[in-house]
Amino acid sequence: MRIDCNAFLGAYPWRKVPGTSPDALLQALERTKIDAAWITHLPSLFWRDPTEGNAWLYDTARQETRFKPVPTVHPGLAEWEQVIGDAANAGAPAIRCDPLYLGLDPTGGEMRVLTAACGAARMPLMLAVRLEDGRQRHPNDHVPELPAAAVRALIRSDADVRLLVTHADRAFIEEVHFGSAPEEARRIWWDICWIWGPPEDHLATLLDTIGPERFVFGTGQPLRLPETSIAKLDLLDVSPDKREAIESKNVRELVS
Amino acid sequence: MLVDVHAHFYHQRTPRADWRERNESRITAGARIGISVHVASILGSFGLTSPTYFPSPRDVTAGNDALLALQRAHPDRIRGYVCVNPNYGAHARAEIVRCLDAGMIGIKLAASRRADDPLLDPIAALALQRRVPILQHIWQHRRRDWPGQEASDATELCTLARRHPDVPFILAHIGGGGDWLHSLHAVANVPNVYVDLSGSGVDGGMLEACIASVGVNRLLWGSDITMDTGWAKLRYLETFLSKDDMALVRWKNAARIFPPGAFPTD
Repeated sequence: MRIDCNAFLGAYPWRKVPGTSPDALLQALERTKIDAAWITHLPSLFWRDPTEGNAWLYDTARQETRFKPVPTVHPGLAEWEQVIGDAANAGAPAIRCDPLYLGLDPTGGEMRVLTAACGAARMPLMLAVRLEDGRQRHPNDHVPELPAAAVRALIRSDADVRLLVTHADRAFIEEVHFGSAPEEARRIWWDICWIWGPPEDHLATLLDTIGPERFVFGTGQPLRLPETSIAKLDLLDVSPDKREAIESKNVRELVS
Repeated sequence: MLVDVHAHFYHQRTPRADWRERNESRITAGARIGISVHVASILGSFGLTSPTYFPSPRDVTAGNDALLALQRAHPDRIRGYVCVNPNYGAHARAEIVRCLDAGMIGIKLAASRRADDPLLDPIAALALQRRVPILQHIWQHRRRDWPGQEASDATELCTLARRHPDVPFILAHIGGGGDWLHSLHAVANVPNVYVDLSGSGVDGGMLEACIASVGVNRLLWGSDITMDTGWAKLRYLETFLSKDDMALVRWKNAARIFPPGAFPTD
């Protein structure tokens, strides 16, 4: 069983990306033997009201059992709490909020209230550190990357919240993990898509120093080739149990 | 057969205490991926006693010596690019002759001097004389100067390549950061520039754009410092390229531009 907790549907505003339709994503899942994908509507991350993409997302997920919807919430908009209720009703495994794409302070009042609401509703909150390599972004794409300090602040701000952080590299993960109390660090999961394999062996190092239970399989497709996350695992010397944990068990633990 | 045209190794006189582990990791991962030959370079002392991209002549020599030692230790697995700093022209030319005579098979130019600078002309002339390719470090669409390097972009490399149309130039790591589409537009009509697929970037659409720009005949597979992304790109290409086209990308294009006998199945 392999679950991609970090996939998108829909066009990216800053460059042409192939394979953004539901059918194309399904083909990519077939190609890479991924059994299920948590999907977010990519265009709406950039809209003033990102929740306007959620209806389409739910409708798309209803038509394909391999898709699990991860709707977007904007805690600065009136009645944003409804998104959490809708997500729960739709069987969403998580909701996402990328504060800097919404022009929000990542540790400000709106994010703290959202974090508390997610904790109370036992709804995991997903955040991306970045969507693209900072060196290649469109000259008008000035959205800063999510700072590690923000993740530390959010996990400390509510005792029940669980965070899924995607597109983080080794340095970011280490800073947050070892900058958090163990009880806090146990409520953060990291997807592996941006962690380097050999010869630097960042993923192997993190599995050794932090433990495999904190890591989940994610790809960032179709912005990134999903083959990358599989290649990282194929280059590791890990037991089948640990690999299974990364590919599916840990993410089920996150949503349990 | 699989040739990695963009590899690096480390040595004792670098800042990395884990240099042995990183070298071993590359060899081990390479075996798992199926890499037949790592064509590698060492950039001086990687910052220990002179900057990585502005290596002193002494560090250039030491790095090349370390790579020659690795080539001797792994004669079937490792081949070398001689790395030089074009600001020290006489030293650079002497180092190229010395290292090619010792069995290296290409020249590595990092970011010590802009690629279109006349100081690079004698190096390109030597490459032609010795029939070896030049691997040029590239920042894909450099919009400003970046600290620590005098990086070149594809436009500048193409200027040099047009001045030396019989020398094969390898545009380094198309996935190595920056706007790869800018590079692909620049190299499309410069037939002696080859695109190396290495780098951490695995953007959806990038490989299709590479093929649209230069075709399969000018693509070279490589990994640089992230072998997982290299393997991923190889796996993805295998899903839609023919076996013959894959052979070009995996090794036949490399065999065409490196000296005869550089690889085992020549």
